[in-house]
Amino acid sequence: MRFSVPVFPGSNCDHDCEYVLRNVENQSVEMIWHKDTDLKNPDCVVVPGGFSYGDYLRTGAIARFSPVMKSVADFAAKGGLVIGICNGFQILCEAGLLPGALLRNKNLKFICQSVYLRTEETNTPFTNACKPHQVLKIPIAHGEGNYFIDADGLKKLKDNHQIVVRYCDSEGKLTPESNPNGSLENIAGICNVNRNVFGLMPHPDRSGEDILGSHDGNYIWKSILWTKVGVQ
Amino acid sequence: MAWHVSVYVTLKPSVMDPQGATVQRALNQMGYKAVTDVRVGKFTELEFEAGLSEADVKKQADEICDKLLANPNIESYRFTVEKK
Repeated sequence: MRFSVPVFPGSNCDHDCEYVLRNVENQSVEMIWHKDTDLKNPDCVVVPGGFSYGDYLRTGAIARFSPVMKSVADFAAKGGLVIGICNGFQILCEAGLLPGALLRNKNLKFICQSVYLRTEETNTPFTNACKPHQVLKIPIAHGEGNYFIDADGLKKLKDNHQIVVRYCDSEGKLTPESNPNGSLENIAGICNVNRNVFGLMPHPDRSGEDILGSHDGNYIWKSILWTKVGVQ
Repeated sequence: MAWHVSVYVTLKPSVMDPQGATVQRALNQMGYKAVTDVRVGKFTELEFEAGLSEADVKKQADEICDKLLANPNIESYRFTVEKK
């Protein structure tokens, strides 16, 4: 399977994505500089984490105007699979490919730790290798991961089953204590209505091997592979 | 002479502002007990070429705020236009 990873000035998880896809999942990966518009014919685009444009103005606000993002939007509009991780999620929200926004963490701190996620939707190309309500241990590393959407938007997310993963405790319970950043209703990741664009704050790119503390990120990558090439 | 635009971007009232809440707590601790709410926003200054009409400056400033300076999901904005 062919993955493409756009690289913005200030991206710093682009190589984590490249590594897990190439070395753990044995897939082909193209790195695409943000000024290029040719995505190199991918099956899936991975918008990586980091601090694009130094997080100036708002996280992801300037990166969304990079030339490569027009190509990503066109690719998504045709049904192409797009996953945005951390800053990638912020960029997809700013670009309007996903609804809502990521605000400053409630406690104002940059949080770098492992968290547990409950799989709320398995009917997506990004989570179809998970069991319903499966708990995944995946790390977060962000200062602005506090998901917000207005009441109408939240209702639409629920009506369309777009809330894909929520922060939970190790047993899968949704508790205020397991919500690290103040996200509305423990939301950690959502998809678009057409289910081909997915954004999440936690890092499946940093959780592909036990030596990194967890291999649960592979459930996300395996889901994508299963969707596109039918192997798990 | 040039057009000088001052843009104020703030979080919408419905959006939690943890930064503002922290500043408010600090002010209250400093003895300013009368401060009942703080909202922290962003202030941006834009300079436009003097040759534009005021209507053009306002139109462009509106577009700039909608497209980049504010995120309509969470923020609102207002601006003032002066010739300096």
